[in-house]
Amino acid sequence: MPTTIMNGREIPVDAEGFLTDPSAWDEDLATVLAANIGIELTDEHWKVLRFLREDYATQGETATTRRVQSVGGVPTKTQFQLFPKKPAKKMAYIAGLPKPRGCV
Amino acid sequence: MSEPLIPQFDDDTDDGERMLAIICSKGNLDMAYPGLILGNAALGEGVNTHLFFTFWGFDMIVKSRMNNLQFSPAGNTALHLPMKDMRLPQAFAPAMTGPATSMLKKQLAELDIPEVPDFLDQIVAAGGHLWACRLSADMGKLGESDLRDDVEGIISASDFIEMTKGAQLLFI
Repeated sequence: MPTTIMNGREIPVDAEGFLTDPSAWDEDLATVLAANIGIELTDEHWKVLRFLREDYATQGETATTRRVQSVGGVPTKTQFQLFPKKPAKKMAYIAGLPKPRGCV
Repeated sequence: MSEPLIPQFDDDTDDGERMLAIICSKGNLDMAYPGLILGNAALGEGVNTHLFFTFWGFDMIVKSRMNNLQFSPAGNTALHLPMKDMRLPQAFAPAMTGPATSMLKKQLAELDIPEVPDFLDQIVAAGGHLWACRLSADMGKLGESDLRDDVEGIISASDFIEMTKGAQLLFI
């Protein structure tokens, strides 16, 4: 399994660079992951990221943009503003989770 | 030490930006969804997406009809009963529109797939564009006030073709 060095640690990732072990993630690392893709985290970003982490812990799956709206309470439009163009994948990447597998 | 491995989101350039044009021509509930699901997926991948509603697909954006799209198993031999692989005899199918519609809506709701109007709300919130067909409006004697407020215009087929130059196109 490939790994990459971030924040002075060796982090297991897949071929694209998504974390493969959610437990390797912490909030400091999220800041590094966000900076990697040009995003500076604000409180609004953190609301999404914390929802994704909590939802993954109970559901075992990464929430889709639909779920982040309907369960997490963050409107679709806001998600696109916070994580431009590809919100589902960017949110998952920064939250240290796999890409969502749901279609909607 | 090597550079960290970072996913390539390929979204830092607007040159040659992908565009998807979806022509929604069907008004049956089951046939409303392919365009909505694919359009929503495209928007989530940063693709500039335009939906054009024409003929029976017009019902998806008509305010008085969009909440009541129906699903009929008539003519659809792939409709299976809850017992796996058991088919609904076609002779019974024409009478089954009501229960089949209820069942499809229930199955979609269980997967948190939004109803058609909510799905269009989500598509517009994600930056999608909705267009109505001029001929369909004229045939149905319908105007802008009959349509969802977020329909950007009632346009001709030529207008749509011109607007979506270079787009990938889906006809549903």
